Amino acid sequence: MSDFIAEALQMVPAEAPDWLSEQRRRGWSSWKSSSMPTRKTEDWKYTRLRALEEGAYLDRAECQDPSSPALTALRDQIHITGLDARMLVFVNGFYSPELSSGEVVGNMEVVLFSEADETQVETIRSHLGTVADRDKYMFTALNDSWLNDGVFVHVKQDRKVTTPLHVIWLTVPQREAFSLSQRLLVVMEAGSEATVVEHFASNEAQQNSFTNGVSELVLAANARLCHYRLHLEEEHALHIGGVHARLDRDARLNSFHLGLGSILKRLDVVVRHEGEGAHCDLNGIYLPRHSQHIDYHTCIEHVRPHCTTKEVFRGIISDNARAVFNGRIHIHPDAQKTVAELRNKNLLTSNKAEVDTKPELEIYADDVKCAHGATVAQLDDYALYYLCSRGIAREHAQVMLSTGFINELINNLQHPSLGEYLKPVLGGLFAQQVTQTERAE
Amino acid sequence: MLSIKNLHATVEGKEILRGLDLDIGAGEVHAIMGPNGSGKSTLGHVLTGRQGYEVTAGEVTFMGQDLLALAPEERALTGLFLAFQYPVEIPGVSNMEFLKTAVDGMRKHRGLEVLDSVSFMKQAREVCKRVDLDQNFLKRGVNEGFSGGEKKRNELMQMMLLEPHLGILDETDSGLDIDALQLVASGINSMRDSKRSFILITHYQRLLDFIEPDHVHVLGAGRIVRSGDKSLALELEDKGYGWLESEAV
Ligand SMILES: Nc1ncnc2c1ncn2[C@@H]1O[C@H](COP(=O)(O)OP(=O)(O)OP(=O)(O)O)[C@@H](O)[C@H]1O
Ligand SMILES: [Mg+2]
Repeated sequence: MSDFIAEALQMVPAEAPDWLSEQRRRGWSSWKSSSMPTRKTEDWKYTRLRALEEGAYLDRAECQDPSSPALTALRDQIHITGLDARMLVFVNGFYSPELSSGEVVGNMEVVLFSEADETQVETIRSHLGTVADRDKYMFTALNDSWLNDGVFVHVKQDRKVTTPLHVIWLTVPQREAFSLSQRLLVVMEAGSEATVVEHFASNEAQQNSFTNGVSELVLAANARLCHYRLHLEEEHALHIGGVHARLDRDARLNSFHLGLGSILKRLDVVVRHEGEGAHCDLNGIYLPRHSQHIDYHTCIEHVRPHCTTKEVFRGIISDNARAVFNGRIHIHPDAQKTVAELRNKNLLTSNKAEVDTKPELEIYADDVKCAHGATVAQLDDYALYYLCSRGIAREHAQVMLSTGFINELINNLQHPSLGEYLKPVLGGLFAQQVTQTERAE
Repeated sequence: MLSIKNLHATVEGKEILRGLDLDIGAGEVHAIMGPNGSGKSTLGHVLTGRQGYEVTAGEVTFMGQDLLALAPEERALTGLFLAFQYPVEIPGVSNMEFLKTAVDGMRKHRGLEVLDSVSFMKQAREVCKRVDLDQNFLKRGVNEGFSGGEKKRNELMQMMLLEPHLGILDETDSGLDIDALQLVASGINSMRDSKRSFILITHYQRLLDFIEPDHVHVLGAGRIVRSGDKSLALELEDKGYGWLESEAV
């Protein structure tokens, strides 16, 4: 077996801004002293990293020609009609001015780490790595050690930004399997408001990339952030990433996640309520199919009193795919009057599909309201029959029910244009499944 | 139109229908009454092909075809419609999308052109009005959070849009207030013609005051124990089912 820990250390980028070197050094030593998780590692119990170890993602990402046919095709796919966003596009980790578009958003600073001015560097340095814990999340350590650039988004006090920022990370295949890292830091000052859409896309089944992504969201008092993290990735795009948020007093985070594709995808979503009255809506959908594996580990830390969390994740698992959902809510002794709710529902559309779901409540305060529930079910036979009794073909009825199951979340997105964008993509996915089953029969 | 001969059916190993015979001609309205658990809904589900409802003997011909050989969706396309006693809630699928999908399929099957969204919307709104449902019900999830009566009206709306040859209404009158009952009755009456037939499953004579049946049958323990004209319903209203059971013995 390959030694991924050692191999990854060989891939530390040669060039990087000086001011990042300390962070990189810390990442390096933390990663170096870590060991690959085994079946006994609680956090990785159901997710094996074999695909990562065997995939030999040893090449570095290379800058791509923006006019290549693969990119032209992708370019048309990623535009979200009606969102009217500023689009920032990266290809295999490299910023692509040619593919990016939209006006510079007033009231919102958006800059690459490598191009940040002195004051921006100051702000970045005081926040970067303070939310994502590299000692607890080993792939954050790896991300730190590979750090040579990233996107910095900064909204100053009381600024309300209406134009969403749409950050897109595209991956196209390279000759040899390769690794790339993605880093985003969003700093929302007190009373500010903004929307950030993180969007990962690839369009080739033979995508031979490993993406290591880390996003940090810092919300000061009363700040509001609407955040999306969409993984519209293909079969072989491997992704291990994390979204780490810290909320100060009365801050509100609305974060929506979509997981599509990947033989191995693992996302850690961590939200820390560190100020009284903070609120978080955390929703997600995962749709593994074929032999894909998607793992969402969410963790909400209620550190201070009077904070609220509402979390709903839904998954449809098809074919031989496997999903893992672990929803942890940790209520610290000081977090009285917490209200937290976690719901996870899973639909298995094949008898070979699997899901491991585990809500984990850890409560150390006595005056709290907490509810959680996880269910695993098949498509409802009676509902299928009802649709069929109206002349709707069984295959089509299955698509309708699957779509309906996730539409309950899609219909409630803060930005309806995103829902309109996603519906045909997801509908197409289910329809594709049906034709495949038909062929198999 | 529909001919049922010696129909036996089991649900989860339990025999519910035990030698049922019934003939329904074009344009006829038949009422089926009978005590709770006698197999009325089971008959509806067996005819529409619900999974787990196993036919162990007998035959059913509908519109000249062997009905039992068809899948549920094919039965619907052939012109059979069941208004469910307990309509299903399907959150996340809008009523509009559901209706359009069903009607599109039906039109295709009948060799008619599929309606564009605007014309369909217009038609759906009209039908909404006919059953006195607010147009908002088109946008909501299928039956999601509908009251009992609203679900029944939604069933009726589907029947009006799908225009079946045979409509089976399983207690569509139960749980309706008197105004709604009249509305449902006039809806059904407006669809009556020399070709279209109905089976009305009901517990109440009052529905039959509004929709005059050609035949009334009593189902008892999985078979027809008595048939007659509309006066039978009145007699049942008066005496209950007890006298029939003693006669049947
Ligand atoms: N899925 C099932 N599993 C087991 N028994 C069933 C099932 N469905 C129906 N039955 C049984 O079959 C019998 C007939 O039920 P059915 O629903 O047809 O009665 P019904 O005549 O429609 O009664 P009601 O007037 O109460 O609607 C009942 O005893 C019922 O419990
Ligand atoms: Mg019944």
